[in-house]
Parts: sequence; C-alpha cells; structure tokens
Amino acid sequence: MRAQADDGLPAGPAAGEQTREVTLRVNGVGHRLRLPVRRLLSDALRHDLERTGTHVGCEHGVCGACTVLLEGRPVRSCLILAVSVDGQDITTVEGLAAPDGGLHPVQQAFRERHGLQCGFCTPGFLLTTVAFLRETPQPSEEQAREAISGNLCRCTGYQNILASVLRAAELSAGREEQA
Amino acid sequence: MSTAMFGAPVRRHEDARLLTGAGRYLDDLGHRALAAAFVRSPHAHARVSDIDVTAAAEVDGVVAIFTYEDLTGRMAEPLPLLIPHPALHAPRTAYPLARGEVNHVGEPVVMVVARDRYLAEDAAARVVVSYDPLPAVVGLPAARSARHAVHPDVPDNVAAHLVQAVGEVDTAIAAAPHVLELDLEIERSASTPLEGKGVYARWNSDEGSLRVYTSTQASTSVRAAVAAKLGLPLVKVDCIAPDVGGGFGVKIVHPWPEEVLVAWAAQRLAALAPEGIKWTEDRWEHFVSSAHERGQLQHVRVGFDSDGRLLGLDVTIWHDNGAYTPYGIIVPIITSTQLLGPYKPGAYRCEFFSLYTNTVIVTPYRGAGRPQGVFAMERTMDAIADHLGLDRAEVRAVNFIAAEEMPYDQGLIFQDGRPLIYDSGDFAATLDKLKALVGWSDFQAYREQARAAGRRVGIGLACYVEGTGVGPYEGGHVQVETSGKVMVATGLTSQGQGHQTVLAQIVADELGVDFDDVEVTTGDTRRFGYAVGTFASRAAVMSGNAVALAARKVRQKALRIAGEALEADPSDLEIVSGVVRVKGAPASAIPLSTVAVLSNPLRYAFDEAAKAATQFAVGDTSKPPVAEDDEPGLEARDFYSPTQSTFANGMHAVIVETDPDTAEVRVLRYCVVHDCGPLINPMIVEGQVHGGVAQGVAGALYERMVYDDAGQLLNASFMDFLMPYASEIPTVEIDHLETPSPLNPLGIKGAGEAGVIPGSAVIASAIEDAEGFVIRRMPISPSELFELRASYAAGRVPGLRRTSGERTDPRTRPGHSPDNDSPDNDSPDKET
Ligand code: FES
Ligand code: FES
Repeated sequence: MRAQADDGLPAGPAAGEQTREVTLRVNGVGHRLRLPVRRLLSDALRHDLERTGTHVGCEHGVCGACTVLLEGRPVRSCLILAVSVDGQDITTVEGLAAPDGGLHPVQQAFRERHGLQCGFCTPGFLLTTVAFLRETPQPSEEQAREAISGNLCRCTGYQNILASVLRAAELSAGREEQA
Repeated sequence: MSTAMFGAPVRRHEDARLLTGAGRYLDDLGHRALAAAFVRSPHAHARVSDIDVTAAAEVDGVVAIFTYEDLTGRMAEPLPLLIPHPALHAPRTAYPLARGEVNHVGEPVVMVVARDRYLAEDAAARVVVSYDPLPAVVGLPAARSARHAVHPDVPDNVAAHLVQAVGEVDTAIAAAPHVLELDLEIERSASTPLEGKGVYARWNSDEGSLRVYTSTQASTSVRAAVAAKLGLPLVKVDCIAPDVGGGFGVKIVHPWPEEVLVAWAAQRLAALAPEGIKWTEDRWEHFVSSAHERGQLQHVRVGFDSDGRLLGLDVTIWHDNGAYTPYGIIVPIITSTQLLGPYKPGAYRCEFFSLYTNTVIVTPYRGAGRPQGVFAMERTMDAIADHLGLDRAEVRAVNFIAAEEMPYDQGLIFQDGRPLIYDSGDFAATLDKLKALVGWSDFQAYREQARAAGRRVGIGLACYVEGTGVGPYEGGHVQVETSGKVMVATGLTSQGQGHQTVLAQIVADELGVDFDDVEVTTGDTRRFGYAVGTFASRAAVMSGNAVALAARKVRQKALRIAGEALEADPSDLEIVSGVVRVKGAPASAIPLSTVAVLSNPLRYAFDEAAKAATQFAVGDTSKPPVAEDDEPGLEARDFYSPTQSTFANGMHAVIVETDPDTAEVRVLRYCVVHDCGPLINPMIVEGQVHGGVAQGVAGALYERMVYDDAGQLLNASFMDFLMPYASEIPTVEIDHLETPSPLNPLGIKGAGEAGVIPGSAVIASAIEDAEGFVIRRMPISPSELFELRASYAAGRVPGLRRTSGERTDPRTRPGHSPDNDSPDNDSPDKET
C-alpha cells in the first residue's frame, strides 16, 4: 500500500508551489500524500495513486466520465481539488467488484446488456448507476433515463446503457432476495 | 463445426477489464513520463513574427521548449500527404510546428516538455508569440468568393476539382419531362470521441529503439511515419494502440503532428526523459486541432419522368477541407460516388470543388462524406415525390437497382480507385421491411389523430448504400500454444467495436476451439506488422476474413500432424472443443495443445502437454525433423485482400413531432432496416447501429461547429457543443436483412458506420413532412425551424405541393402536361 508521505509525486512539486498533506481514502484504503493544492482529484487518483479507472473526458464537468462517489454521492472528480476531500471516503470503479473479483451487479448488468463499447465513459456510468439504484432500487424506464442523462457516451447511443441500468436493478433485487 | 459462435450474441471479452477499471488507455500509461503541452495559435490566419520563450524557460520543472527552428532532418519538412490524387492539384500539409504562418486557430506553434502536465501548461502560458494577423477565410461562401486566400499560392482556394460522369447528363435532363433544382447545405460536425488523442513515446537507449503508444486507428502507419521522420529503421520502432476511447474517424489521420513531435522529443531528450514523454490532448485542444467533417454546399439538377424515375442527375458540391489536405480528397470522392445509393441515376454527373478555409482540417468522420451524399440524393427523392404528388417510398422503389441486377456497375471510380460495383443487396426487400416496421401505410391515420389533438407529426425515410471493407488488405496470425490457448493477432486497431470478441468467435469456429481459449490482440506492431487500419467499416470484413484464413491454415496443419500421430487420414478427423479426434471414434483423440508440442521437433517437457506428447511417435526418421516446406510451431498467418469493396445497405424511417409553439423537434420513433450480410455477433452489430444513429440524430438536430467570421470556434467545449445525452436520443427499432457478399469467404459486410449515414436526410424528410415546407439545410435547431416558419408564412420559403396528408396523382390531375416543367429553384438562400 502506498501510504507514506511524499510518495505521491514521483518528481516532487515545483519550487514555490503550495502543497498540503492529505489523506485520500480510496475504496476503503487510506493514502497519505503531499499534493500541490491545485491538483484535481481526478489527477490525484489517476496519476498520484495510479488508479486509472477514473477517466477524464472533458475536465470541465460536463461528460461525467470522471464520476466517483464521495461519501457515497456521485461527484465529478475533475471539478474537485484533491486537497479539499481530506479524509473523505472515495469510491472509484476499482472498488466496485468484490474482493474475489466477482462483478458488482451493475457491472454484471452492463456486461449482459452490452452497455459499453470503448469503455471510456463506462466508469462514470457505473458509479452514477450505483448511487442511483441505492436511492431508487426499482426505477421506471423514465427515471433510469433521467438518472443517466448527465453522462455523455459517444459510442452506444445510450440504448443499451439504459437497458443495463434496468437490468442492474433486477440483479440487485435478486441478490437481496438471496441474501 | 463444434461451437457455432458465428452469429451468436456472445458477451464481449473486452468487458472484463473495461468494467473494472483495468482498461489501459493512453493516459493510463507512463506515470513517470515527462509531459508535453502545446502553445497553439489563437488566430485563424496570421504570420508568426516572433516567439519569446524566456519567461517560459524559467518555470521550475521545464525540461525543453521547441519551436519550428529546433526541428531537424525530416521533422522540418511538411507532414506527409497521405492520399494523393490527380485531381488534388494544390495539396498542402502543415509543418509539425508552425513555420512562420498559422492557418487555423489551434495549430501547434510551440511544444513545451516539463516534469508534469501542470508545469508544462504553466510554461506554455508564458510563451509569448507575436502574430501579424491576416484576413481569415471562414466558411464556404468566403472560400468560393476567393476575396482572400488561405494559401497565397492557391489564390482561388481550390485544392481539388473533380468531375465524374456517366452518360450525357445535359441531354438527358433537357429531354426529361420534369426538372427540379435544389440548393442544399450541411454544416460541420466532428467525431468527438470521449477520449481525445494522446501519445506516449519512450526511447530505449540500450537498444536504440523507440516505443510509441498512441490513441490511433492506424498503429502500423504511425509506426512507419515516425520511423521515416526520425530516420530510424522500421524494426527499431514499435507502435501500440492501447485501449482507445473511441475514434469515429478522427484517429485515422497519421501522423498527427503531436505523434511525431512527442516521438522525436523522446529520442532527443532520452537522457532527461528515461521514462519517456507523454501528451494527452484536452477537450479544447480536441475541438480546435483535431479534424472536423461534413461541411458542404450542394447544387442538384435532376430530370425525371412522371413515375419519378431518374433520367439525369447533375450534382455540384463545394466541400470545405479546412486549412490542409493531409488526407487528400477521400471525403468528397465518397460523397460524389455514394450519393447514388440504391438507385440508378440515369445519366449522372458529379463535380466537386474541395476548398481551403482557415479552419481545422477535414478528414473522415464516421460516414465519411456519405451522410452528405445521402442528404443530396434523398432530399432530391422527396422533392421529386412532392413535385409529382407521389408516395415518397414509391418514388424510391421505381429507381431501385433490382436484386437480379447484382452485381451492378455504377460506372464510377470509388474511393479505393476501383470501379464502383455493388456486389449484392435486395433493396426492394429492405424497403418492404422498413415500411412494415415503421407502419408507413398507417401513418396518415396517426397524423390525423395527432392533428386532432393539436399535435404536428411527420414521417420521413432515407436509403443508403455503403461501400465497406475497402482494401488493400489485412492480415491475421493464429498460434496454438502448448497450453491449448489460441493467440490471434491482427494489425488493425480497435476503438470499442469488440474486435477481440468478434475475431475470437470466427477463430473459435474455424479451428474448433472454445471461444474463451482464444485471445485476440489488435493494433500492436510487435505482434503484427502489416495493416491498413480501422476505418470505412472494414475491420470485421478485412481482419475477420484474414484471421479465418489463417485459422484454416492452422487447422490444416493440426489435422496433418494429428493424422500422423493417430495414424488416421486427416480427412477423417474433426476438431471439437480443442481436441482432434477421429470422426465416429472419439476415443481416438489428441488435444490441440499436444499437437502444438508435436509441431515443434524441439520438445522439452516444460508442461503437461509436452509430457503427454511423448506417447505419440511421430515422424519418419529418414527425413529432416522440419520438412523443407514446413515450419516448427502450430501457427500460421494469412492475408485477405479483396478485389473491391463490399456494399452494405440500409434504410431508415423516423416519425418526428414538432412543437407548434417552440419549434422543438422530438423524434418519436426511429426505425432501421440494415443489411450488412451475415451478422457475426448481432448484439455488437446492433450496438454499432445504436451508436451510429445517435451520431446521426446528433448531427441532424444538435451538433455543429460554430465559427465566427474571424475563425474562432465559439463552441469549443462540451458546454457549448451540444453532444446529446440519453435524454435526447430516441430508442432505435431494428430489423435486419442478411444478404451475403459473394466477395469474401465469410460473406460479411461492414457495419460500423451505417447507423449515422442517413441521419440528416431522414430527419429532414420527416420535419419537412410535419411542417409542410421544404428543408434544405441541416442541422436544424428549434430557433432555425422557428425562423423558417416565419419565412414560410411570409412566402420566402416554398411550401410542399402536397398539403400534409393529401396526395394528388399528377397523372390524373387536370391540366398536367408531361412537358418540361420550369425548373423550380426552391431554395431561399441560393448561393450566387
Ligand atoms: S472529465 Fe469530469 S465531467 Fe468530464
Ligand atoms: S462506450 Fe465509448 S464513450 Fe461510452
């Protein structure tokens, strides 16, 4: 685990650059880092922690590819400074599957319903869907469409993403029944 | 065949990694690399008078700053003209970094290399470039007027001029009972993949070799371009397309300036950059420096008979190619040939002018000129139908090439330089399916119902033919390892089309192994060095057939070796789930893994398969261990090289509703009938259609590139470029036809681009039908439709002859004469 101070920036911050020590709690594991204060959360996850599952499609808050869960709520990590989330819980796509590698029901549903092509937008859709289904476990098609209408995908035309969200609701319900 | 994967909606191999964050896209690589950033021109047209990097060089963490003056050897030459053409009489390509002049906003001028991206951008912001602005040529009217020139030595702005003709079009139109003229316009859009471009290059000083990762659609070509620019032997350069976050055409251009610059800098700065150099394009850069497409003006003159049959079709196209022509004139050539669609045009003449403007370059975007061609043809079909008072579907049907007429020679030269000959298709059957799917005949009743409820609805349709699977070739390599795993490689690249799945399906069937035992690699020159690339809906056709041919060779060899081992005739053997066995006597069997061991006379017992092989005595001791015409190993490679493209086709119909007050357009239904031959994986093909349709709807109703007169792109962000969300994209209803191609072993045709092609045409058709006046320009926004309504009310926009819902047959209409009608030039904004 990379938990030592200073291990985040291979080359170190530039002279005169303001830095701060933070703990990024990603998928249940704390990472202590010294980061320039202007470092975006998306960059800190991707380049300092090398968790590259979180993608960056616009860096201006519109595409949703960088969506992660912050304290369980979906946020755009390209619009957040890493030093501002000190100690808060962050879930990225790497944290969705079970420790044994078993896919999360939302991942499983995207696979079954061909909800991805190039996969670049996918982590954002997955995390958006996870958060949505927690609040709305049995969504109507319209609710599901609404829920994913803040994320851009250039490949799928959304039809199979929508089907995946509805399938994920089914799978999650099934899993709860079993449990 | 044991597995029959071909045709099954198999779940994708790719998904396991892409769903878990384990994909590796360009910017996921090289965490310790230095970062490059570019200073780009803020002017559309200017001379560069001075570049001052003093302040930039003082930024902590800056490693190097390069301008054109620093480029050496072939790097100082213009970028290559990839596809020359005799008609492209004034080709111009850019320098990797601007040499004294910039020709569009976004053109790279200075490259900065620093410890990380933040610092590189800090430094780039401190570079001071002095410009002397020149008049900017923006838009086709400005380019045609030639009041100013983009390139001083091309004063008329005409890069290329091409005329293709079949028959005597003037005579045919003069003799036609009816003549119409249309002025049409289609605006710019762009591929806009979610992942922008990116390059990561690392020089290996120990080996004197270079490895380049790039988010490309053509890794073999980037490799060759980089090797040539850097003066390196090809074998010292590897190029790898990692996972790529969408392409849609823009990543087929090679090399992009950044690809050669980053590679060059990685070699030059090797001592300072042991981990290499990386550049990741940001969204603004993508808008202002990666290619656009679509922008055209068109003039159509058509002569036809009273059934709507085309007698002569004369089309002139003005095509905006942007500031440079690295990709030649492929797009307007495709427009002018694929315009014909499923029809016989009678005499045909198509002339195009490809024009320079001070805007981003134009290279193929999914559809590649076809959406514009289909727009021209389908607007014409609708105009003919309305003029004659005939059903729009009927007018199309009378012009179809019949299934019995296949193969059909259109008498033109296609984009690949070969004759435009349709190989197969049953257009009448496709239309029947479409009419049934959308309920074409029942629409009037629906319209009346809607009207009674105060709603305004319209229906439209559009047809296309798409040349797919263009040559010259692709290759495949198939290797059975002693573990029994089958490793497949092809040189072309993937951007989400599921090639790792589709090609594995094909190989699994051909070889008789389990799908999950087949692992496919694409776009890695270390694994396969010869390839053309992924464009023109060619990957499944070209690499699909190539890997099938290679797998057949492997199968043959496996049967031969197994036959020797089992003392059986190879023709009595079959391969089932990776085991070669005697037909009807399955106990007499040998696993392919063991056959793989036997194929190599050098057999150390490293694994179980090798141990197992010892029980088989193989070979004639009087012969050499490797026969003269043989090779060790259970592997083969082969190439597929067709004589011509294979032509897929399809037809779309939509029902739209236009808001009587706000002029907002809503697509109520979107129906697709698609014929791309036998489907390898229907789930993946339908996904391709969905995505294509979404881009078609986007291009018809939402997306455009808004340049001001100074050449500034005003909507260069996802805030302002309206890429649709799920809330805007309709559900697509699909029906398939599977007319096989006679041209290739698998009988398949390409499917990647189809969905997007008729988008603007079909939606224009439906809006026109809903509104009752002509639509000649796409995309169309609510405010434009609102304005058109006002113009129509004021008599400045012609209405349709049919009032919505009523059809009159001109043949029974009193006073109709078959004489030549006066040409109705019905465009309100005809170019002069
Ligand atoms: S990258 Fe954050 S919203 Fe697009
Ligand atoms: S799958 Fe490619 S952007 Fe969504």
